[in-house]
Amino acid sequence: MKILVAVKRVIDYNVQVRVKEDGTGVVTDNVKMSTNPPDDNAVEEAVKIKEAGKATEVVAITIGEEKAQETVRKALAVGADRGIHVKAEGILEPLAVSKILQKVVDKEKPDLVFMGKQAIDDDCNQTGQMLAALLNWPQATFASKIEVKDKSLEVTREVDEGLETIVVNVPAIVTCDLRLNEPRYASLPNIMKAKKKPLEQLSATDLGIDTKPRIEQIKVEEPPKRKAGIKVASVSELVQKLKNEAKVI
Amino acid sequence: MSREVMEYDVVIVGGGPSGLSSAIKLKQLNPEINVCILEKAAEIGAHILSGNVFETRALDELIPNWKELNSPIKTKVSKEKFLFLGKSKSLSWPTWLLPKVQQNHKNYIISLANLCRWLAEQAESLGVEIFPGFPASEILYNDDGSVKGVATQDMGIDKEGNKKDSFESGIELHAKVTIFAEGCRGHLGKELIKKFDLDKDKDPQQYGIGFKEIWEVKDTNHDEGLVMHTAGWPLDSKTYGGSFMYHAENKQIFLGYVIGLDYQNPHLSPFDEFQRFKTHPAIRKIIEGGKRISYGARALIEGGLQSLPRMYMPGALLVGCDAGTLNMPKIKGSHTAMKSGIIAAEVINDYIKESKDLSSYEEKFKNSWVFEELHAARNVKPSFSWGLILGIIFTGIDQILFRGKLPFTLKHKHADHECLKPANEMPKIEYPKPDNVITFDKTSSVYLTGTNHADNQPVHLKLKDKDLPIKYTLEKFDEPAQRYCPAGVYEVQMESNIPKFVINAQNCIHCKTCDIKEPSQNITWVTPEGSGGPRYGNM
Repeated sequence: MKILVAVKRVIDYNVQVRVKEDGTGVVTDNVKMSTNPPDDNAVEEAVKIKEAGKATEVVAITIGEEKAQETVRKALAVGADRGIHVKAEGILEPLAVSKILQKVVDKEKPDLVFMGKQAIDDDCNQTGQMLAALLNWPQATFASKIEVKDKSLEVTREVDEGLETIVVNVPAIVTCDLRLNEPRYASLPNIMKAKKKPLEQLSATDLGIDTKPRIEQIKVEEPPKRKAGIKVASVSELVQKLKNEAKVI
Repeated sequence: MSREVMEYDVVIVGGGPSGLSSAIKLKQLNPEINVCILEKAAEIGAHILSGNVFETRALDELIPNWKELNSPIKTKVSKEKFLFLGKSKSLSWPTWLLPKVQQNHKNYIISLANLCRWLAEQAESLGVEIFPGFPASEILYNDDGSVKGVATQDMGIDKEGNKKDSFESGIELHAKVTIFAEGCRGHLGKELIKKFDLDKDKDPQQYGIGFKEIWEVKDTNHDEGLVMHTAGWPLDSKTYGGSFMYHAENKQIFLGYVIGLDYQNPHLSPFDEFQRFKTHPAIRKIIEGGKRISYGARALIEGGLQSLPRMYMPGALLVGCDAGTLNMPKIKGSHTAMKSGIIAAEVINDYIKESKDLSSYEEKFKNSWVFEELHAARNVKPSFSWGLILGIIFTGIDQILFRGKLPFTLKHKHADHECLKPANEMPKIEYPKPDNVITFDKTSSVYLTGTNHADNQPVHLKLKDKDLPIKYTLEKFDEPAQRYCPAGVYEVQMESNIPKFVINAQNCIHCKTCDIKEPSQNITWVTPEGSGGPRYGNM
């Protein structure tokens, strides 16, 4: 069984994101970037499945500018066997990404495609679902536990009501939740070895995919500042304020 | 337990200006030399914080065509100002009356973090291997006592010291020569200085704490290329310090404050002095209507030549501010750090080629312009122990009339941690509350540093005696860690009327001030798990 894992380069989750002064987007110059956190879980799970002898190859793929390769190198350092970088510039919307992934799936013929449940930059949570639709494959989203059966997967999903367990037939798409596992650290020797693992370069244009955004972004602005809280002297004052000022009761 | 071993010709600890310069020079001298750099930050530059007005002298020597290589050195200094601040007034000091070392017209306003990122690209293109996110946590020695290399930090240990599922053992890096380039108060450098007695017959090292904020200011208040320094208010005349304000590109100004850590009053809060400084009319008028976008702090070396330890030992060299090459009156350390790194590379190249002794580092250093600079600068900082006015008068005579050639050398008498006076003998200081426009509290400031340490890991700020903070330091000095820490790591909390010392290690921004200023030297800073600490952008 072969697993394709998609990883995305995003602004590091510790960085305080700043909106550009002209409102055209957020500042990314000299900002620390890393792999989208749930994508790390996706890579970890794929590697674990391979280590358990249930998969034969793990291929990591990323789409984006030149530097996006770093995320594939990281995946290679924690156990992926080879990498693919599809070069594409500018804003990439989930539909364009899933179309590119579809092309790569046609070529690579993996049995499973793993990715994070959503990216922490645009929070779209669409790519996995769209890819499932394009390929007409079953999907298991928000996976917090995956068990590989013979020709199927038993997946536990994080849903609003609690946990839901489903069985999907292979081939399938799985989008991974942060609770799925604890991603390992890349060791120094493995980072060195990762530099020598094969990394194939493709481009969106070569694959025949137009990545031009379909959504026009009009303006990006910061959320309004929270007003300072106040102290009330008594319960009756609180009730009165909730009723008359906040108008919530 | 046996750890995996990787062999290099040269291992460099720290990816700052000195370490990167060493790496680049080594590869230029001999491309066959295997060099790697270990960096504790998540990426190169993320733990770098500096003013910075950059003198290009060392870079001109290292990469003469830097102007053609898209370097981030763009804003030439166009104007200079020096202000003495009173409580509400300011007096402008003519720049032609400043000592030559404080004149900057040939220099550039840069972000040192960005310069390091660029230097790292140059180094990597020459074949240097750079490993961010891997702190060197331990020095390894050969049987004969010489330095064998370093080991990286184990990853995936929980608070109690047990291995988590994600445990990943550190590895050993062995080298012919290890270069320690950790910056001011490096925790391995500190161990080496002690073990090899490198500071024998030297004065105690002197430190300062430096703050920096980046502000995006209104067009009308921005004057790209302007460099301004101030002395005076809000510090009293016994406390050494001053501010910088550099008008950089993109309507940003780099605003900062440096305070000597030999201050005496345990009630003093360096952070709050910096915040208060911004309310001075001469400063407020520039940043008003602007927005603070970054914050950070870092200790720096001020001891100069008198406190500079021996920089070589068997198997290893100290470079940059891990030894202490900053030029205090010039308020610059990047060019001297880089030059010390370049000299180290030259010495190591000879050492590997001809098995020469590393001790030639001393002589080469003494014959270099770094030594000449530091020698001329040596008397400035100690003269300020007589107070601001006498310090300025002496510095005028020493630097303008004699150009640093006075036939004597003033001494640094005390280590910074010995300088605090008991809390009940010193005046309390009332700091104004932050207005969240010009001045801020520590919490919202630390938020801007992007600092984080993976939770559930051992506390990396070690107490030698865990009862001392409450039993002794609180009573005698009102536990000054609450105030000298620029990130709010240390707190004294009352729990049913019993004071408790709390260490919020997750907030730590790796400035090392606690390791320096704790009056009993009770706090030791050690490396946390890799990638921990701030994520500075263009600091």
